[in-house]
Amino acid sequence: MESLSTRHLTGIKNLTLQDVELILSTALQFKEIINRPIKKVPSLRDVTVANLFFENSTRTKLSFEIAEKRLSADIINFSSSGSSVSKGETLVDTANNILAMKVDMIVMRHPHPGAAIFLANQLKKYPKSAHAQIINAGDGTHEHPTQALLDAFSIQQSCGSITGKKVAIIGDIMHSRVALSNIYCLQKMGAEVCVCGPPTLIPKHISSLGVAVSHNLIETLLWCDVANMLRIQFERQQLKYFPSLREYALHFGLTKKKLDTLNKPITIMHPGPINRGVEITSDVADSGHSIILEQVENGVAVRMAVLYLLAGKHQS
Amino acid sequence: MDTKLLLDSRHFNITLDRLCYQLIENHHQFDHTVLIGVQPRGIYLSERIHKRLTEIIGRKDIRHGILDITFFRDDFRRRDEPLVPSATQIDFIIEEKNVVLIDDVLYTGRTIRAALDAILAFGRPRNVELLVLIDRKFSRQLPVQADYIGATVDAITSQKVKVEWAEQEGKDQVILYTPVKS
Repeated sequence: MESLSTRHLTGIKNLTLQDVELILSTALQFKEIINRPIKKVPSLRDVTVANLFFENSTRTKLSFEIAEKRLSADIINFSSSGSSVSKGETLVDTANNILAMKVDMIVMRHPHPGAAIFLANQLKKYPKSAHAQIINAGDGTHEHPTQALLDAFSIQQSCGSITGKKVAIIGDIMHSRVALSNIYCLQKMGAEVCVCGPPTLIPKHISSLGVAVSHNLIETLLWCDVANMLRIQFERQQLKYFPSLREYALHFGLTKKKLDTLNKPITIMHPGPINRGVEITSDVADSGHSIILEQVENGVAVRMAVLYLLAGKHQS
Repeated sequence: MDTKLLLDSRHFNITLDRLCYQLIENHHQFDHTVLIGVQPRGIYLSERIHKRLTEIIGRKDIRHGILDITFFRDDFRRRDEPLVPSATQIDFIIEEKNVVLIDDVLYTGRTIRAALDAILAFGRPRNVELLVLIDRKFSRQLPVQADYIGATVDAITSQKVKVEWAEQEGKDQVILYTPVKS
């Protein structure tokens, strides 16, 4: 019987190719379900999920919440603002207190890289909390596994297969957790990956992951089949990494004019939120080659698959 | 493991024909009736029944769907590993239709309970009937019974009934496996 090799989803790095394929094939069945008139199945009716968001989120939070509801789970939502975190409570104490209310799974977004792995390791030490399963919904600049899985699923749906596809990740690679998870996921599935952006926004040793590095947008677009555009993460930048937004948009913004010079179709992706007119112009974001809203739809199916497959492993 | 042939290929196909004629007796031209095969192994029977009915009645528009019940099972998180789902393909609504659920073996009745739950996502049927090739008489755990039965088998829990298909295993037959006591 096929099942995931892990009890927690802390990142793509420690998943096997079989894990990724199992999640994506399960997501396909959930996509059929969320397109039915009645979109709910009873699988997680005896499971309680806590969504712990220590950082802002629209898409991921709503997507997880709707995925949990479609699976009939009971859910509780927590956001750090207005909570006891501001009174000095530690992450492990917060988690232990929530788990004491008989919660089975934790979906967590946190500003610090490694927070999900840390929490999974710490909770093992507490007998009353050891049963809990952790799903990483983004930890600082480290990983965002469900985003990478939904991106891979969206490429599969739009291009048929990932093996041999050339995928460019363009923009603020340095501060992006989406970039790292995408690199791991796409490489496991046999895609070629290139990162493109200004030298200041590309981590120094990223080529050691086996990705190509480019600082020229047109060259990258000519090379790739799929372009995943990333937002500039100003909230994580303490320094100025480029002279002005206008200059960034001029060199690295995706415009219709640039796409027209290529003479080939490219699938355009964006994990959101979009800064229209900076990394991507409106006419590109809303064009027929853009699968940005399909990504959002697929996000629910992929998160349902992750929740379902992990919840089924609670005893082992 | 002892094996016993319950239905050979000839008998198997006579039984399928009988089931088809029984369906025609009750559903005539199948104007308001849909066939739903239950994944994973009920779909072979439903495809065969659908094909044979099409030949006998001579109309090609008998509606036929396949239903996966994985997410509606009652043993999720009670078994070691979660089951991997199969596809559901029902591209019509079943509101006010007569539904014939089709599965190969009726055993505990739990699959059919899940199927009854799962089918409601596609509308409120006028009525639901159950067709099975093999009815295992003992070990029912829920009050479920079939309306159309190919053959009834007295089998105890340790025995296994396997329906094999020409398309899958190379031969149409039903085999009863009995573990040998050591």
